[in-house]
Amino acid sequence: MSSTTNYILGVYDDEDEVLHAVGEVKAKGIKVEDVYSPFPIHGLDVAVGHERTRLPIAAFMFGTLGMICAFSLISYTMVFDWPMIIGGKDFFALPNWIPIAFEGTVLFTAFGLVSTFCISNDLWPGNKTLPLDIRTTDDKFVMAINLDKNKVSADDIKKALKESGAIEVNVK
Amino acid sequence: MSHVVSPIREKLVTGGKSYSDVTHDICKQVEGEPTKEWKIAFGISVLVFMYGAYCLFYTWWQGIGVWGLNKTVGWAWDITNFVWWVGIGHAGTLISAVLLLFRQKWRTSINRSAEAMTIFAVLCAASFILAHMGRPWLAHWALPLPNAFGSLWVNFNSPLVWDVFAISTYLSVSLLFWYMGLVPDLATIRDRATTAGRKFWYGFFSLGWTGSSKTWARYEYMSLILAGISTPLVLSVHTIVSMDFATSVIPGWHTTIFPPYFVAGAIFSGFAMVQTLLLITRVVFKLEDYITIEHIEMMNIVITVTGSVVGIAYLTEFFIAWYSGVEYESYAFINRATGPYWWAYWMMMTCNVISPQLFWSKAIRTNLMVSFFLSIVVNVGMWFERFVIIVTSLHRDYLPSSWAMFSPTMYDIGDYIFSFGLFFTLFFLFAKYLPVVNMAEVKSVMKGVSTEFTIKRIKPTKKTEE
Repeated sequence: MSSTTNYILGVYDDEDEVLHAVGEVKAKGIKVEDVYSPFPIHGLDVAVGHERTRLPIAAFMFGTLGMICAFSLISYTMVFDWPMIIGGKDFFALPNWIPIAFEGTVLFTAFGLVSTFCISNDLWPGNKTLPLDIRTTDDKFVMAINLDKNKVSADDIKKALKESGAIEVNVK
Repeated sequence: MSHVVSPIREKLVTGGKSYSDVTHDICKQVEGEPTKEWKIAFGISVLVFMYGAYCLFYTWWQGIGVWGLNKTVGWAWDITNFVWWVGIGHAGTLISAVLLLFRQKWRTSINRSAEAMTIFAVLCAASFILAHMGRPWLAHWALPLPNAFGSLWVNFNSPLVWDVFAISTYLSVSLLFWYMGLVPDLATIRDRATTAGRKFWYGFFSLGWTGSSKTWARYEYMSLILAGISTPLVLSVHTIVSMDFATSVIPGWHTTIFPPYFVAGAIFSGFAMVQTLLLITRVVFKLEDYITIEHIEMMNIVITVTGSVVGIAYLTEFFIAWYSGVEYESYAFINRATGPYWWAYWMMMTCNVISPQLFWSKAIRTNLMVSFFLSIVVNVGMWFERFVIIVTSLHRDYLPSSWAMFSPTMYDIGDYIFSFGLFFTLFFLFAKYLPVVNMAEVKSVMKGVSTEFTIKRIKPTKKTEE
């Protein structure tokens, strides 16, 4: 977050109140940048107006990739590179490959999914970003309104936040 | 937003806690100086670990000839301990993944420590894989790596290779799931930090977490998918472990019932281990308001259910041994119950089949001392189950001239002690330096499950249609 950005922060102390407040504030034509909370609040992302995440698609693709990689490795080694007769089985012993293909699918899905999640949310070890109000990782819910992206005056925004039940309104 | 919870449900968070109280109660042992009890317990664990490490080093130095194995019983404590620890590990994933999919709110107070236990238990199990290889520096031969012997590959048709993949996937995916669960809580500690060291380290690992609604929405999807893939993963792991035995031709091992039977046994022993650890943790860290009698009772119910599945599996095995008409199979089972290892068999039957049935009584399953005692009894029983399956099936070979007995040496025992030292050392480090309860998840279910918030809900809110 650049220091030149002007934020007005409405601080709430109840998750149902902040969810309700997002609707009220938006009804007054104010754009809500984001809401910060100590735990997930169902329906909040929709209320703020975020698009539905495409992470499940990414997960599916990583899983498919994992399965293809596992099957490719096994069939390359067991059928083409060094075929061996084991217990009289076919070289292409598909049922025996299912366990490792499954583990490969899970492994790729998990790591691919978490990496995608971290990259898309700009999360990385050593990232020094702090919440706009550090009480949001404890017990407060903060609605952040970016002044630069709003045509409504700062005073009106502050008033709207107060009316929606904010216990404090801060400028950052 | 919390779901509506029936008022007849027992409260999961007692003591009228607010969100801030949750943060304070859980963070205080991370932020405070280590207590005297912690130092003593940790010190003992490290001593046990060091003794075990000596025994393990000696095993590696001399070779596995220092164990009590012989030509007939070529697999005994090593693989017994391996299967036992992997089984214990299953409970953590089950609590965090399966109970998440079923939306069981009582998981939130216990999933963090149960998952930590999973990871440490799988590490202990892995130590026996390395130990029983004899030449642990060649452990990478189990991986499909290009090598100096022409490109000779591992045999992908072998359950032992499946096991390598299953255990390593399980360990890494569990670690990832656990770590991602920790990130929001690490951020909480970062934002409360008063010392530079804590600010740096918790800040470093909290990845710049801010808790925005967009991140949380994605985070919930991620957790759901991770839970969705961890559920079949955890079932696959013990299924594959059981196939190490079931795909062989040894009477007593060669049975198709093994995968479900092993998975049920794994959940059974894992829940018992979680119970043992939680009953201690809740007292030491004063978490009685978060890990309530309700949680203990739920765990005991799961122990009874899985214990009954295990009991039915034992009886089914016996029935099939008789019904199949295979005399080798029948002999293997009669020998288990009445042969030289009869005491191990009856130990297993008593601990695993009879003791969990005591939990049908509400007075017993809500009694902390009895629950603690029985949780240990269950794990003793489960260790004997693996010992019975492995040693009694092997010790009567096809030819009576090769019949033998197994008795452990101090290095068999020492390597087992090593795993306890490792497990408890890691667990105590975890309990001191990381939040033992998932604060974010507990807060997310507080409304409806906490004593304070229910009262607040009933009052009409000040929001009206203005």
